[in-house]
Amino acid sequence: MHTEQTMAVSCRGVTKVYTSGGTKTHALRGVDLDVYPSELLMLVGPSGCGKTTLISVIAGILDQDEGEALVFGRNFKQMSQRQKTAWRGVHVGFVFQAFNLLPALTARENIAVPLLILGEPKRRALERAQAVLEKVDLGGRGDSLPSQLSGGQQQRVAIGRALVHGPRLIVCDEPTSSLDHETGKTVIELLKRTAVGPDRALVIVTHDPRIFGYADRIARMDDGRITRIETQALPQ
Amino acid sequence: MNFIALKMLMGDRAKYIGIIIGLTFASLLITQQASVFVGLMTRTFGAISDLGQAEIWVMDPKVQFVDDVKPMKDTKLLNVRGIEGVQWAVPIFKGLLKARLENGNFQTCIVFGLDDATLMGGPPTMVEGRLEDLRRAEAVIVDVNGARGKLARPPTEPGGERRPLEIGDTLELNDHRAVVVGLCNVSRTFQSQPTIYTTYSRATQFAPRERRLLSFILVKAKPGEDPEQVRERIQKETGLLALTSAEFKWTTVKYFMKYTGIPINFGIAVLLGFLVGTAIAGQTFYNFTLDNIKQFGALKAMGASNMTLLRMILLQALTAGGIGYGLGVGLASLFGRAVRGSELAFRMMPQILLISAGAVLFICMLSALFSIRKVMKLEPAIVFKS
Ligand SMILES: Nc1ncnc2c1ncn2[C@@H]1O[C@H](COP(=O)(O)OP(=O)(O)OP(=O)(O)O)[C@@H](O)[C@H]1O
Ligand SMILES: [Mg+2]
Repeated sequence: MHTEQTMAVSCRGVTKVYTSGGTKTHALRGVDLDVYPSELLMLVGPSGCGKTTLISVIAGILDQDEGEALVFGRNFKQMSQRQKTAWRGVHVGFVFQAFNLLPALTARENIAVPLLILGEPKRRALERAQAVLEKVDLGGRGDSLPSQLSGGQQQRVAIGRALVHGPRLIVCDEPTSSLDHETGKTVIELLKRTAVGPDRALVIVTHDPRIFGYADRIARMDDGRITRIETQALPQ
Repeated sequence: MNFIALKMLMGDRAKYIGIIIGLTFASLLITQQASVFVGLMTRTFGAISDLGQAEIWVMDPKVQFVDDVKPMKDTKLLNVRGIEGVQWAVPIFKGLLKARLENGNFQTCIVFGLDDATLMGGPPTMVEGRLEDLRRAEAVIVDVNGARGKLARPPTEPGGERRPLEIGDTLELNDHRAVVVGLCNVSRTFQSQPTIYTTYSRATQFAPRERRLLSFILVKAKPGEDPEQVRERIQKETGLLALTSAEFKWTTVKYFMKYTGIPINFGIAVLLGFLVGTAIAGQTFYNFTLDNIKQFGALKAMGASNMTLLRMILLQALTAGGIGYGLGVGLASLFGRAVRGSELAFRMMPQILLISAGAVLFICMLSALFSIRKVMKLEPAIVFKS
């Protein structure tokens, strides 16, 4: 059994209200959610239900209004912005729907970015990035710019970037929705194969029912709440 | 992270070139216009520079600048010579006289009359002949530009070339015969007339009969004497105005600055360069940051601190600034090289390079500041917004 202490992510009563132009949007209305270490959890639900908001809180790039969010036992509320930024650098990997690679950098350099942020010397960082390139099956494309790569290849570079520094939590927002079905499957298989590991949790937000089968658990969200958690992977 | 910053900067070709052009333009315009300005201002005191041996210039208290001659009584020279701490004091005549050319035309010339005994205050360099030749009867020395230009003799055959004035040629100054015994270089001044050197006594013969002819007294302080104290003593004891040559240069420059539109015109050009440079470079740089805001957001999400991002933006701004400044100053000095020896005044002083470096730095910092503010306030959560 997993205990509270060993939980990768533990949310209790997390709320978030956006105020823009006088209108308030209750994006999270008290979320309770646990993510176990070494599991792949998918977060699904209708558009606007708060999925992105929730993983932003979990990843430490957005402050919740109320409730507690603990990631590997650390409470973001007790950390300064600077500490949080540094913590993210070490412990969190990101995969975005729009890839968000730096267009001026080669694939290898893009993968090396988290290492460079952590202060690793450039040469060493590029060496390690090359090893990761092999892992995401792009060994020969290290010198290509993102614009020279297909969408699927770019997302594989992004996965490499999320992995390279060995973070304990990887968050992915719609990692396959910019890709066609086949490519999406390849990418999710790659994620499952390379990113899941002991003491590393993966939270993937997705709309794409065709990849549900890769999840260990699926958390369904609606209107700012977790409505159901399915432990059994759905048939594809 | 430095190479990431630089690759980001240069990755966006169009913006990168825009930023560089803006900064190049600003530093070119500032450097070039300021150099022309300083060149012009240097010309205003060309006559003072040429009379380099003098430490102190003594003149009528009403004199406002070097071309503003207010003659004094000859006896003043003896007064000044009697003052303690003066090693030597020589008279100098400076006036405008009409020279009659061979074709019957008249040309106004600046005539310097030098102390007969010492010939102190002569031209800075001789091109032909010797200064001592001025001691010969009716002797004058003419500046090369004048000899080749305004004082050149008419062609011997119709349609031929005008012949430059040469040693041995004669001209008439106020109906007095003068023989050219040498050619010299002089600093270019605001006056476009030819310059002629002769002795003081001969100059006073050439000049129309006036009671006072002593234009300036040039003084050298005794070794070990502080020229500043000698200057004060002269002023106190004679009631004349005494200035060190540096002070006299400044007085002259200030006169031109105050009573001509020159500084304002150049000031406007320099300011315009600065403003246009700021507008183009600043705008483009800020736009560049905005275009890359998502990239900065991603870096922030991935753990790049505000300090790191600030350093990246500064590096980008300073790199663009350095390149723009180098190009601008390079183009300005090419311009200076191209106009060397021409009528155009151009003097690129180290101070100007510092000033335009400062201006470019300021533009970069200002552009960077807005970008930095934007990136500091950036919420990393934007990375998940599509
Ligand atoms: N910065 C913001 N300011 C104001 N409202 C916001 C902001 N971000 C999100 N919202 C609103 O909060 C709610 C939840 O948004 P969120 O992006 O978390 O939904 P989502 O489940 O990720 O939707 P989608 O599937 O479309 O990506 C939405 O109604 C959205 O309009
Ligand atoms: Mg979303």
